[in-house]
Amino acid sequence: MAFLKIAHLEKFFGPMQVVKDFNLEVEQGEFVSLLGPSGCGKTTVLRMVAGFEAPTSGVISIEDQDVVRLKPNQRNIGMVFQAYALFPNLTVAQNVAFGLRVKGVPRSEIKSRVTEMLDLIGLPDLANRYPFQLSGGQQQRVALARALAVRPQVLLLDEPLSALDAKIRVSLRNEIRLIQKKLGITTIFVTHDQEEALSMSDRVVVMHKGIADQVGTPFEIYNKPTTKFVATFVGTLNIIEAEVTDPAAGQVRIGATTATLGRPLPKGKITLAARPEMVSLGTVPGRATLLKGRVIDVDFLGSVIRLRADIGGSVLAFDTFNNPNIVPPAVGDEVEMALNAADLLLIDG
Amino acid sequence: MNRIWSWLALSLGLVYFFLPLIATVEFSLKMRRGEYSFDAYRKVLEDPRFQETFSYSVVMALFTIAFGVLLVVPTAYWVRLKLPRLRPAVEFVTLLPLVIPAIVVVFGYIRLYNTSSWLPLTGSATGTNLLLMFGYAMLSLPYMYRAVDTGLRTIDVATLTEAAQSLGAGWITILARVILPNVLIAVLSGAFLTFAIVIGEFTMAALLNRPAFGPYLQLMGANRAYEPAALAVIAFAVTWACMGLIQLITRFSKHTKAAR
Ligand SMILES: Nc1ncnc2c1ncn2[C@@H]1O[C@H](COP(=O)(O)OP(=O)(O)OP(=O)(O)O)[C@@H](O)[C@H]1O
Ligand SMILES: [Mg+2]
Repeated sequence: MAFLKIAHLEKFFGPMQVVKDFNLEVEQGEFVSLLGPSGCGKTTVLRMVAGFEAPTSGVISIEDQDVVRLKPNQRNIGMVFQAYALFPNLTVAQNVAFGLRVKGVPRSEIKSRVTEMLDLIGLPDLANRYPFQLSGGQQQRVALARALAVRPQVLLLDEPLSALDAKIRVSLRNEIRLIQKKLGITTIFVTHDQEEALSMSDRVVVMHKGIADQVGTPFEIYNKPTTKFVATFVGTLNIIEAEVTDPAAGQVRIGATTATLGRPLPKGKITLAARPEMVSLGTVPGRATLLKGRVIDVDFLGSVIRLRADIGGSVLAFDTFNNPNIVPPAVGDEVEMALNAADLLLIDG
Repeated sequence: MNRIWSWLALSLGLVYFFLPLIATVEFSLKMRRGEYSFDAYRKVLEDPRFQETFSYSVVMALFTIAFGVLLVVPTAYWVRLKLPRLRPAVEFVTLLPLVIPAIVVVFGYIRLYNTSSWLPLTGSATGTNLLLMFGYAMLSLPYMYRAVDTGLRTIDVATLTEAAQSLGAGWITILARVILPNVLIAVLSGAFLTFAIVIGEFTMAALLNRPAFGPYLQLMGANRAYEPAALAVIAFAVTWACMGLIQLITRFSKHTKAAR
């Protein structure tokens, strides 16, 4: 049985259903992200796990104990908020000690645990500072230490990096992941930043309109999306209109090219999709299907060049590495692109 | 040209305000014929009734402040946290004491809590003191509530509450260790205002027949010449000291906020 189990979770705010039949099992020590657009119900799911919202129906259990009826302060859950939420009247050390003092942990033990936590987040010298004397990144690390100090069963983070600027966001997310692995703490991380979700998580839950569309490893989510929403929401996607010429053999016509997907397809017109990295410029071994097109846009990004080419009805965006010895195609040039037809995603419906 | 008019208006205002005050101070120093002295002050301060009534009012003020804080802080907190839509209504209720004269309230009290009622508070001195404290708390409610509510606005009440809850804290801990310390400066300024109100209050104390400073002030005023002037100056000094402390504290709080 999973460490944290969420089954058939539903939430209505008045007549509006915000979470629909949400199911998730998280193993002990696993890092799971909830990824989805704004308003899809990520925060609501997290708040129900924390106990700040009561589910309309459904089960949430931690280590086989049903926690739905427990108040937030009776659940053993650590929470980190987007807005840090440090207690402004308390120093860093007092903030970290707060949960321990509430639990009545002896003073000497509090002291050693606070020291341990401040070492863990790499801020051993800031114990006596007040929150307003810290940078955003430091405040969020203190908030993490405060949540972890009480040794919660589950750590919940609601967009903890959104208020920080880009550089710190990347360094702090690596740090959070390191600390999470070190402590082996079961974690749910909410974000609407797919890069964050894909880079940090053991598994990602892509949410859409209150439903968990797909649950899988970052690799699965990105490369084998099971719904149209996941395919379009995660990563960039080229939409290719095609016509099926042989449904049984999976043969389609894209523009003037015939390609074989090697799996049965429905009859008539279909919509296929390709990630930019599935397409390469010129002929490449292993990519048998060749498409001809005219370059309509060249975006020089430094180490890579992003091209967009019209292949007759559809537009393909793809990247090619910058090679100082080769002049890149210009707008209006006729180019040839290679891809492996079996990789193409079918996203009809 | 405009300048002159504004200066004129300002000096007129200052004269209007300070002239009586200066006259009172001057008069209070003239007890001894032909020279200035603090005789009137010495007489007042030595008067056992002054000591009694003044300390009675101070004690009442302290109880009123404690009661007001215990009443207002959790209420304002709860309204902000759980009933934000009721905030205008609650604010309106807290402002009522400004439009209902104290004398009306006190007659209401006497009718409701007289010796033949179901809760005969006026039957004993302690009961009447309690009643008077409720009255004082009500008089200071508009100031106390405003101060605390403004203080609460400067912190993210909802998120701090949730953070504390997730760390295992219950309501009492949250109020005592998170909310109150963060609105302490606001509470203090409300407390000083309450103190000033209670020290000078006359109507309620007189009608409930309690030995407070306000009625004593009135009694002296009716029977003596120089002492009332000295008393008035003392009362003024107490009030001003309170105002000064509020200023000091708000300045201090601004300082910490600027650093935030
Ligand atoms: N207390 C509430 N009362 C009514 N509706 C609510 C409440 N909380 C959230 N909602 C609604 O529920 C939906 C989901 O909200 P939620 O905060 O879970 O979204 P989210 O996925 O976290 O979005 P974001 O990325 O913007 O934080 C939204 O449409 C929101 O308006
Ligand atoms: Mg959210």
